[in-house]
Amino acid sequence: MAEYKNVIVCCEVKEGKLTPITTELLSCGKRLSDDLGEELGAVLVGSNVTDFAKEAIAFGAHKVYVIDDSLLADYQTDSYVLVMEKLAKQLMPRIILLGQTSTGRELAPKLAFRLGTAAALDCVELAIDPESRLLLQTKPVWGGNALGTFICESYPQIATVRAKTMSPLERDDSRQGEVIAIDASLDSSAIRTKVLEKVPEEVRGIKLEDAKVIVSGGRGIGSAEGFKQLEELAKILNGAVGASTPPCDNGWVPFGARIGLTGKTVTPDLYIAVAISGSSQHMSGCSGAKNIVAINKDANANIFKVAHFGVVGDWKKVLPIFTEKIKEFLAGYG
Amino acid sequence: MMKIIVCIKEVIDPNLAATSLEFDSVSNKVVPLPGVWLVINPLDERALEAALRIKDAHDGEITVITLGVNLDRHVLRKPMAIGPDELILLEDEAFAEGDSWSTAYALAMAIKKIGNYDLIFCGRQAADWDAGQVGLGVAEILGLPSITVAKKIDITDGKARVERVTDDGHEVVEVTLPALITVGEEIGELRSPTMAGMIAAKKKGAIIWKPADIGVEPSQIGTTGRRLKLVKLFQPVHEGKCEIIESETPEEAAISLFQRLKEAKILK
Repeated sequence: MAEYKNVIVCCEVKEGKLTPITTELLSCGKRLSDDLGEELGAVLVGSNVTDFAKEAIAFGAHKVYVIDDSLLADYQTDSYVLVMEKLAKQLMPRIILLGQTSTGRELAPKLAFRLGTAAALDCVELAIDPESRLLLQTKPVWGGNALGTFICESYPQIATVRAKTMSPLERDDSRQGEVIAIDASLDSSAIRTKVLEKVPEEVRGIKLEDAKVIVSGGRGIGSAEGFKQLEELAKILNGAVGASTPPCDNGWVPFGARIGLTGKTVTPDLYIAVAISGSSQHMSGCSGAKNIVAINKDANANIFKVAHFGVVGDWKKVLPIFTEKIKEFLAGYG
Repeated sequence: MMKIIVCIKEVIDPNLAATSLEFDSVSNKVVPLPGVWLVINPLDERALEAALRIKDAHDGEITVITLGVNLDRHVLRKPMAIGPDELILLEDEAFAEGDSWSTAYALAMAIKKIGNYDLIFCGRQAADWDAGQVGLGVAEILGLPSITVAKKIDITDGKARVERVTDDGHEVVEVTLPALITVGEEIGELRSPTMAGMIAAKKKGAIIWKPADIGVEPSQIGTTGRRLKLVKLFQPVHEGKCEIIESETPEEAAISLFQRLKEAKILK
């Protein structure tokens, strides 16, 4: 009976290159395939994606499977699941890795159900069990209050990986690899959805995912007006404004500002949490921050268990003075 | 008339997870401390809100379906008070402790028994295990197209026009019904029930289906049907302690905080 072998990574491309999560996945995949004594393959699905195969090789892939077709220009579940299903049946990979992205968190479960296997989403740790050689898939559970390690005894084992949890390898353009073009053989009638429009979110200033400083607000900010003070501080620090869920539900900030388990994952050098209680759902999105500063009037708030520096006090009294001192400092007076 | 199905799950109130749950890494079990209560999974409440908006806009009927063991009837009153017409409980020990596969399979078989539907709504993930797959699994088993993380849905002539959240904004996707749609926080909160609704909900009955009623393979449901197995449950060890900036007044605290961060070279 044929054996399942090798690790494959589903690549995503944006703005003319492999996305950061893809490079992180490739390094994770390389580590796993090395531990298994097997090979790492990369999969490029899309339209006009063939050129990115070199980059995938530079980041560790031994082989790159390119499925390039105009019908694959936009991600849609039906088309992508079909091509991945065919590829998985052809290659019989032991492990398939995807990013925990808008695409990955849809494609992984659909593919797992299609292939009669299972997926674990949002993994923060992946390892090979030395005895069983199964993939140990560790992901946050119970809102991020705990971690669960799962195994799947059917193949392929499928996992999505959270951004910024695996460090990418150094790019090495001298690495050699094989590029294999695969026919999509898609019937457009099999695609049951149609993408009518793509609307990028309006970001004024720095994107949250790129910001080195984030000033974030919670329910205690109380209003959209209140958030203006956070915006002012963020601007002075060349940072971005984030939020927990309640300010978004209340319409004080757009949902694009939401940081958390089902929101954005950020890893700034400085995360200033203003009137945020610090639930694990929120902290799941920002626990990777280098320095967390919390301002909250509730001394028992969970945020003080996870922050590095804290002030127990009313943000309305603390923040203006704090902002003023920083302004003076940056202007050369402090 | 639109026939809408909403899948919901009872979970321990996620606000209690930090204080009232123990994660036993020897038995790999979650041990609730006495006094915890159940709620409807918050994102499933939002799925219900999505369904109610469709019912408001078109002539519609909503069936709520939930799978579990010893389901808390009180907890189900709130969703039933807000607009659904029918409640189906897949209640049996055999359904317990399943994973995304065995749960989606049971739900899908129940939905097959329901027969006709135009839309199925699910929350994108449950606040306990955060697996995030059951909705997609139900769609796959039923052979339905699916759209995830919807934030706005409009129905015209048997087609849904859905705004869905993407990593860098949103996209507008069209699908011909029947289809399955999952929602996240972005769709909005569930409306509040009225007093009259709560009283009426008390009188509403529920249809209870057992495994035999929905024709499931016993080996594929509950814990027996699991494809993903939990081998370790633990809490990450948090190193480090928060340095609380002490002072007499909030204003002084602000100054001390600034100085401390400057000193630590965090503010440069």
